[in-house]
Amino acid sequence: MAAKNILILGAGSAGTMMANHLKHKLHADEWNISIVDEAVTHYYQPGFLFLPFGIYDEQEIQKPIQKFIPHGITYINKEIDKVVPEENKVILKDTTILPYDILIIATGCNIAPEEVEGMQAELWHKDIFDFYSFEGAKALHDKLEFWEGGKMVIHITEMPIKCPVAPLEFAFLADDFFKHKGMREEVEITYVTPLSGAFTKPFAAKKLGHLIEEKGIKLVTDFYVERIDNKNKQLLDYGGQVVDFDLLVTVPLNKGAACIGRSGFGDDLNYVPTNKHTLQTTVKDNIFAIGDATALPASKAGSVAHFESEILTENILHYIHGEALKAHFDGHANCFVETGNHKALLIDFNYEQEPVEGTFPFAGVGPMSLMEESMLNHMGKLGFKWIYWNVLMRGRTIPFIHPNMQKAGKKIPHEAE
Amino acid sequence: MEKLINGKPILVTEEGYLTNFTQWDKDVAQVIAEEEGVGDLSPKHWDVINYLQYQFTHNVPLTIRKVGNSGVTDIKEFYSLFPGGPLKKASKIAGIPKPVSCI
Repeated sequence: MAAKNILILGAGSAGTMMANHLKHKLHADEWNISIVDEAVTHYYQPGFLFLPFGIYDEQEIQKPIQKFIPHGITYINKEIDKVVPEENKVILKDTTILPYDILIIATGCNIAPEEVEGMQAELWHKDIFDFYSFEGAKALHDKLEFWEGGKMVIHITEMPIKCPVAPLEFAFLADDFFKHKGMREEVEITYVTPLSGAFTKPFAAKKLGHLIEEKGIKLVTDFYVERIDNKNKQLLDYGGQVVDFDLLVTVPLNKGAACIGRSGFGDDLNYVPTNKHTLQTTVKDNIFAIGDATALPASKAGSVAHFESEILTENILHYIHGEALKAHFDGHANCFVETGNHKALLIDFNYEQEPVEGTFPFAGVGPMSLMEESMLNHMGKLGFKWIYWNVLMRGRTIPFIHPNMQKAGKKIPHEAE
Repeated sequence: MEKLINGKPILVTEEGYLTNFTQWDKDVAQVIAEEEGVGDLSPKHWDVINYLQYQFTHNVPLTIRKVGNSGVTDIKEFYSLFPGGPLKKASKIAGIPKPVSCI
């Protein structure tokens, strides 16, 4: 019998993890696995937060994609045009046709600065920066090296964004950065969000709200940007609010891949409609989606993609064997949140459970504490880069870390169970 | 917590968002609209509220952009209907949760 085809679109975190998991689970004589990505470089995206402040350098956050694609898996370094679900095939920009039996969409999301008037204009990467791209983070690093101070505005265009806590971490790290440079007095830091606060979940707002004030960060809420005036260096919102800036660090609108839009099944932001528990898309039974590419109500974060990859591997095996998709993803995310001064918080949550206090990964033991600033958590965040390159991207699992969130060890208020 | 809205005890969050959608009705919506400074709900307000509720019950995360692209209203009009924070005010009136981030 001829071998069947599994095609993975996207060789970022999610796609690479799937390639490695499936390689270990499936027989090469029964399944051909291919992975398509137009890029050649795999970036450690959490490093984009540290690059502007010189905590990481350019070299340690990038490696060739090829290095993480296991032997026996075909890496197709080409641009995707679109998916044709009814014909079970993917068409590449160079008109190559790739037939598949099972498709895994892991095309991620990216910034779309062109969606806001004046964002990608004269001041782009001169006084207006993003730090969600390698180029943006690098340009911002070069700017910060010689910046003499003024009004720094950290701004979120619209949710959902990749790594929703990153802009807040950026604000905390900026406060720290300028303090260490002895120029904190010269910088006014303002955090501008379309949401109702820097923290929007009740427990986090109570427990962490003080951080903003303590660090002297000004807060502008319910700000929904309409356009950016490059001449007067102002952010203007639909409600008539105006924020002046000298240096704008913005998180542009995030969108799924253009090939999803061309395929005709994405939502208005090119995200793929997907069952939030099984990770099977609603497009067709043999199409699955993972990571930032999905329209799931989970955070767009590497940890989510990591947990999903274990669930999805199980469900793909169920699918191959004609069984019900028994593995259920619960929306689990686990993120270190840098708070500056060599400290970080750890948060662990899912679709239902907001982040609360507790210990992780061992109930009552730790060693990590949840929702508490600590140096150990900061070391955990920095140490994670090694785990990312050497464990996760090799398709190995982290001992004691479960794909589904554990309630044990969490102080859950009013927990009925 | 419970709050008396239009004479009925309604379950809400500390910020006044309904936690049990089955307790929502049009009179509750009108009372919240007045509290939020939106005033009398016009047919256009109701179009937006119905849209938000439909999307919410279909598990679609809502954003100002999505509402603006919905064909029901545009962003400018959304702001004039629910001045201040249109999505959070309209969500509160519609009896659905506040738009939030992960933390």
